[in-house]
Order: sequence, then C-alpha cells, then structure tokens
Amino acid sequence: MDLKGYFGRFGGRFVPETLIPALEELEEAFYKAINDEAFMAQYRYLLKDYSGRPTSLYFADRLSKHLGDIKLYLKREDLNHTGAHKINNVLGQILLALRMNKKRIIAETGAGQHGLATATAAAKFGLECHIYMGLEDMHRQALNVYKMRTLGAEVIPVTSGTMTLKDATNEAIRDWVTNVSTTHYVIGSVVGPHPYPMMVREFQRVIGDETKEQILQKEGRLPDLLVACVGGGSNSMGMFYPFVNDKDVKMVGVEAAGYGIETGQHAAALTGGSVGVLHGSRSYILQDGNGQIVPAVSISAGLDYPGVGPEHSFYHETGRVHYTHATDDEAIEAFKLLCETEGIIPALESAHALAFLVREHKNIEPGTLAVLCLSGRGDKDMEAIKGKLFEEEM
Amino acid sequence: MKTLNEAFDAGKILIPYIAAGDPDLDTTAEIIGELDKLGVGIIEVGMPFSDPLADGPIIQAASQRALAGGTNISRIFKMLEELRDVKTPIVLMGYFNPIMKYGEKSFIEDALSCGVSGVLIPDLPFDEGKEFYDICSEKGLCPIYMVTPNTKEERLSQIGSKARGFLYCVSLLGITGDKRGPIEGIKSYMERVRSHVSVPLALGFGIDSPDKITAVKPYVDGIVIGSAIVNIISEKADMGRKAIVNEVSVFTSALIDALRTALQP
Repeated sequence: MDLKGYFGRFGGRFVPETLIPALEELEEAFYKAINDEAFMAQYRYLLKDYSGRPTSLYFADRLSKHLGDIKLYLKREDLNHTGAHKINNVLGQILLALRMNKKRIIAETGAGQHGLATATAAAKFGLECHIYMGLEDMHRQALNVYKMRTLGAEVIPVTSGTMTLKDATNEAIRDWVTNVSTTHYVIGSVVGPHPYPMMVREFQRVIGDETKEQILQKEGRLPDLLVACVGGGSNSMGMFYPFVNDKDVKMVGVEAAGYGIETGQHAAALTGGSVGVLHGSRSYILQDGNGQIVPAVSISAGLDYPGVGPEHSFYHETGRVHYTHATDDEAIEAFKLLCETEGIIPALESAHALAFLVREHKNIEPGTLAVLCLSGRGDKDMEAIKGKLFEEEM
Repeated sequence: MKTLNEAFDAGKILIPYIAAGDPDLDTTAEIIGELDKLGVGIIEVGMPFSDPLADGPIIQAASQRALAGGTNISRIFKMLEELRDVKTPIVLMGYFNPIMKYGEKSFIEDALSCGVSGVLIPDLPFDEGKEFYDICSEKGLCPIYMVTPNTKEERLSQIGSKARGFLYCVSLLGITGDKRGPIEGIKSYMERVRSHVSVPLALGFGIDSPDKITAVKPYVDGIVIGSAIVNIISEKADMGRKAIVNEVSVFTSALIDALRTALQP
C-alpha cells in the first residue's frame, strides 16, 4: 500500500471534504496506537479474555472424509464473543475511539454481526452507540436487532434505496459528515476510504496469524489452501494477509452468487462487477452502464453488498488470490452438510466458503491441507433458512 | 454565455441548484430558462447518482425520481445542448462514479462542447482527483472545489491555489438541506478561507430562505440554494410543468430580492 492508501490502482479517499480531517486524524491515531505497546497489550488482552481468543483451529474429520482426500481444518471464528470475527476489528477501533476522545460511536451493519459487535464493545466501554441498518435486513436479522437494542444501542432503520447494507453505509457516512467532531465511525469491513481498508485488515489479521501458528503446531507445515467468503472481505483479508508472501499457499475467496452470476442477481463484485468508486474507495463494484450502483442480491445479509475491499481488487488483478463464487442454493447445501457432519451451524456467509469446497473438491489435488475460515455462527440465520430446509413441513 | 468570472462582476449572486431530470428533463430545461431570465448568477445542475452520500433526503429523493425517469449524463448533455441561448453559466454537480463510467476525458470534452462552465464533484477531493481536475483546468472546464469549516489552513491554501471560477464553501459540517446551516461564526470562517483563496466564495448547504440570505450575504460573493428549490419542485410535481416553473420563479425572485436589498445600517 502506498502513502495515499492505494493498493495498486485500488483504494484512495473518495469522500466529501468534511471527512478529510477525520480520516487524517484517524490514520495518525492508528499508526501511533499500533506502535504503542500499551495499546497493543490492551487490544490483545481484550481479544483473549473478553472475546475468547485464540479461536480453535479444528480438524473437521467427518467433513474431510466427505470431501474426499482433502484434510480440512476450520478456523473457528464463530467461537468469538458475539459469534463472528467482527469483534476483532471492533475492539481495535473502539480502543482507538477512546484514544481520540470520541464518545459517540456509529456503525453500519448488514447481517447484524458487525452492529452487534459494535454495540457490545460500546456497552463495555460506556459509549453512545448508533447502528444504521437497512429495514430489509432488520427483518431478515431480527434476532440481532433485539440483541443490539438490549445492549443499549439505538438501531436506526434505513429506508432509502434498497434498504440493505449499501444504504446503511450511505446513512452512516452522512451521520459521520454531520457529527464528525464527536463521533467515530466503526466501519465493519476492509472497505471505505483510507485508512479503513488497511486498518481493518490489521485488526483482522489475528485470524491468519493464529492460523499460521496453529497449523504449524498441528501439521508441521503451512496449508496448501485457504478458503474464505468475501463480501466486503474482512474475514478473508484477515485470514489471507499473513500468508500473502507464502508463495505455496493457494487462496480462494468465495463471493455470493445469489441466484447465479448469469441472472445478474448476485453480490459478486469481483467475479461479476467492474471497477468504480463506491463508499470512499476505488474497487470492483456492481454498477450499470451509467455508473449507477446495482443492488446486490444474496441470501446472506452479510455478503449482500455491491462492493469489495480495494486490497481484494488488487489481489484479484495480480492473481495472488483466486476469486470464485457460490449461489444461494450451494450455500444452503453446504450449510446443511456442516450441520450434519460436524454438528456446527455456520453463518450463511461462511457456508459460501464451504460451498466452494463441496463443488470443487474433485478438482482439488488429493492430500491437500486446507483451512476454511468459519467466520461466524448461524444462529442469526435460522429464521432466514427455516423455510429453505424444511419446506415440505412449512 | 458568460464565464464564471464574469458572473461575479455584477456583485453578489444567487446560485440555484436543480436536480436534472426531476420530474423530467423537459421541465429542467424550462426551469433553467426561467432562472436565466430572472437573472441568477450561475445555475448548478445536479446529475443523479444512486448513492449520493453528501446529500440529504430531499436531493436523494429527487435523484431517485430522476433515475427512475431514465436520466443519465448523455441525456443531460443533450438537454444542455439545446439551451444555447441561456446566458447564465452552468456548473454540473455530480458524484464521481457515473463520470468515471462515462469516461473522464469524454465527460470533460462533451461538457465543454455543450457550454458547461464548471464541474463540482463532492466525493472527489482536490488531491484525490488531481489528474482529472488538471485536465479540466487545462481544457477550460473550471474545477469547483469544496471547503468545509474544518478544512485546515495548509489544505485551504493548496485548494486556493488550484481553484478556478469560484470556491464552494460548505456552510456547516453536514449534508445538503441541513436546517442548522449555516454555522455561527460564518464571518470568521469566510475570512479564514479568503486569506488563502483569491477566487470568489460561494456559500451553500442549509440556506433555504430570504432571511438566511440576509444574514450571510455580507460575507460571501455567492449563495447556493439547493434543497429548498428541489423541495418546491417535488411538492408541485403533480400540478404540472407550468405550476412548477411558476413556483420556482416566485421563490427565486424573493431570494434574489433578499440578496440585492441593501443592508440596513
């Protein structure tokens, strides 16, 4: 990444002038903080004792058998406090907000996992918290809405546009523009203007750092393959980044193909989109011929976003990471498979990553040592998936 | 058509903003004609975007209506092409993604060829858009930069050295149509900006009435009125083109009067 926050030709700071001082302040505070041992000690302490890290790297033996000759480990981010990897980033950013003396926290949320993590950390540190959430997503993820409200956050329904994550992000940015001097905006993924993509990656890299240590301990070697789902791309970036220079480790990012790329109803910015500017950075996005943003479609509220982090766009173009996709139906199949073989109910987002292995395992070299990032647990999706799993009885 | 510099020759000016294509481009064209007759200083024409993150609900809704009606950059150019007898300079306002998709160089060329004087892109700060804005300046399309009450001195002077036509001073920390605008201390804000900038200063965001114009006019060279006008257009949308144009005309005249009335001692 260069000094202006570019990964190759992706990234940058495409925001209203009002936000420039806040982004400069944030960038400076971030660099100071990560070089401050006291800050990092507090961050690591919270990850360990509050969130329960390190999360386990679990050998999924029955699932592995089902996938033929692949030896598959699951990085259990679902075991984090609040049920997903999102808390890793939120704890880092909340500590930063405290250092910057910002007493008001805002965030956008799609599946509600990032909103929940933010509401949780805000409660823990006694900060005022406002979560923007598309009305459509509030219906899909009602449980998380109740949780956030229970934790004292105000959940603000967003009724503009498609009423999903993209619109919640617009509203959060508008709020930040308006309240910039008192407020920190906790972006939940490796998206947005510089320094967010880099900063969120640094707060999520604990996933990959731990995985590396754990796999060396268990297998005595690095994995051959890493697989993770990609919406904005924070769990995948956290998993991939520490392995980027390990040339023999293949990486696969799985986007949400919704009803199928060919239908145009999907959320796959890299594999089905083109380069543009959305929410503060240049990256791959879903857009029409006039440069208007096309709504994303996915059964998974957390992947239902028409953009992707700029660093992913960079790895897509350099070929360092292979990006592919899985449809709603494939994700549901994978979801069932994980429940039945391992007794683990995954988030629908993470089920997309597994769907790639289910579909492609026959083309993967026998004996491959693979790690899949199980980014979150599926409690929040039970309502959404109920009708899909037990249609005949409904 | 006058240049942006000439627009400020006659004293303090009103800069109305309208959302192109709301409710349709033929109405937009008629409104532009009417504003021209009324003697506004510059007309700001908004190009719709699906995700206008610097705009409040009024302009968001107008953008949605314009998009639903099929408005795009090519059609806006076509409309402007046919307004050759308008004397008031026109500045296009829009977000960067549709411009990128249209093609940055083609956008600049086509804007110039239909008589546009300047372009204002709220999500493309001067340093992020350096390459684009340099081509604009070189070809004669004025890049209109924005500054805000929290813009630091060093940045103000960098922006000041690049500014052409006029500088758009955002009246508060907020989005368009924010009723709180402008901030208190507008005098010192404008003085601070003026110490770094030689082009005329226009103030916008949240200025929605003759009274607010009267309050801020001593300190500025131009005043942008956006959401208040767009709101009138949306309220009169059902009553037909003639009623819309008439209402906009009455409101704008009152604004111009407020601007031109000598300050009471």
